[in-house]
Amino acid sequence: MNKVVSNVSEALKGIEDNMTLMVGGFGLCGIPENSIAELVKLGVKNLTCISNNAGVDNFGLGLLLQQKQVKKMISSYVGENDEFERQMLSGELEVDLIPQGSLAERCRAGGAGIPAFFTPAGYGTEVAEGKEVRVFNGKPHILESALTADFAIVKAWKGDTEGNLVFKATARNFNPMMAMAGKITIAEVEELVPAGELDPNQIHTPGIFVQRIFQGEKFEKRIEQRTVRSK
Amino acid sequence: MALDKVGIAKRIAQELKDGWYVNLGIGIPTLVANYIPEGIEVEFQSENGILGMGPFPFEGEEDADLINAGKQTITATKGAVFFDSAMSFAMIRGQHVQLTVLGAMEVSQNGDIANWKIPGKMVKGMGGAMDLVASADNIIVAMMHSNKAGESKILKECTLPLTGVGCVKKVVTELAVMEIKDGKFHLIERAPGVSVEEIISKTEGDLVVPDNVPEMVL
Repeated sequence: MNKVVSNVSEALKGIEDNMTLMVGGFGLCGIPENSIAELVKLGVKNLTCISNNAGVDNFGLGLLLQQKQVKKMISSYVGENDEFERQMLSGELEVDLIPQGSLAERCRAGGAGIPAFFTPAGYGTEVAEGKEVRVFNGKPHILESALTADFAIVKAWKGDTEGNLVFKATARNFNPMMAMAGKITIAEVEELVPAGELDPNQIHTPGIFVQRIFQGEKFEKRIEQRTVRSK
Repeated sequence: MALDKVGIAKRIAQELKDGWYVNLGIGIPTLVANYIPEGIEVEFQSENGILGMGPFPFEGEEDADLINAGKQTITATKGAVFFDSAMSFAMIRGQHVQLTVLGAMEVSQNGDIANWKIPGKMVKGMGGAMDLVASADNIIVAMMHSNKAGESKILKECTLPLTGVGCVKKVVTELAVMEIKDGKFHLIERAPGVSVEEIISKTEGDLVVPDNVPEMVL
């Protein structure tokens, strides 16, 4: 089944104010940067964004925050972003912080038809407030619910016309689970190839989870912390 | 003399055992990778999705797609593997990782840890810390004994929002190595030249002190 759309604006068709979006990536690694730029252009507002981080001030989801397009962030770590901090402390931005592993599993569960699950992460902390606690094997666990989204926007290294995706190195991170959990999943790839060119043994995300795929026009791939050693 | 950050990392590195998979947190814990004892093999997991984390890349060889959980550019060792975040935390929650080393703002004598939030001042989020401390069998905390105002961070009870309860087994500070058991800190070793009295005076929590407290050998 051909999932290819011609460009980013066609890919993002149907995204409206007040929707919930999942956005793949960890830090600035593996983020759908072409789609984020297009969301800024579209100016859609009151978005709920589910993403591990909130970008930095002038890149990634930070760009949406600067335009005040985000009503609520669901994330695990939001440091390195002053505008985010300002909006959160002033109450302009709703923030739901959840443990990283719970965030990943909640997305996976959302895509896998599991409505909720028990995890030990967060027991005895603020995260557990209002959540059911049950003891398994002598250890307390809290009930976490699945997450889904109107649209999931993910970024892959290579994709084929069927929507099958391959990720590179640690740019995989949240992208596969979010691809599963979107009602409509948009994949932005660095290289789009004809069906049959990817080795079926090596595909990370099967095309069944992807509704639209396009090749991004340009990827800046900004590095957040450049650390090197000398030769 | 009290240890510096490298000293703390060196002491924690002595806890590594051959064949272990280890998750190192941001800050002092990251330094532990530089002091793996000779003759043992360990593999480092970073929760953003790599097992087999290598040293920083040479200048000019940085890859934006290859970072650690601190968002630093890294390399992959021979035999390394990449995976998604759900798989990564399956390794952690499923207790396939043998040791977690992380930093803390406070620890308490029953093993509680606080390291993600200072109400009204700093909210960066917990990242993977809550999953790590809730699941790891073996957690070592690398931290300073007191804060900048000189107040002890080794407490009867944590005052900051918790990251996990009853989970910390061992604490290594610039002054001492302490074990946590039976609701108390137990002094195991002291930093070279640091007196037991100094450690007692800087520890707010209950501290069990044996007759003989050996100096660390670094």
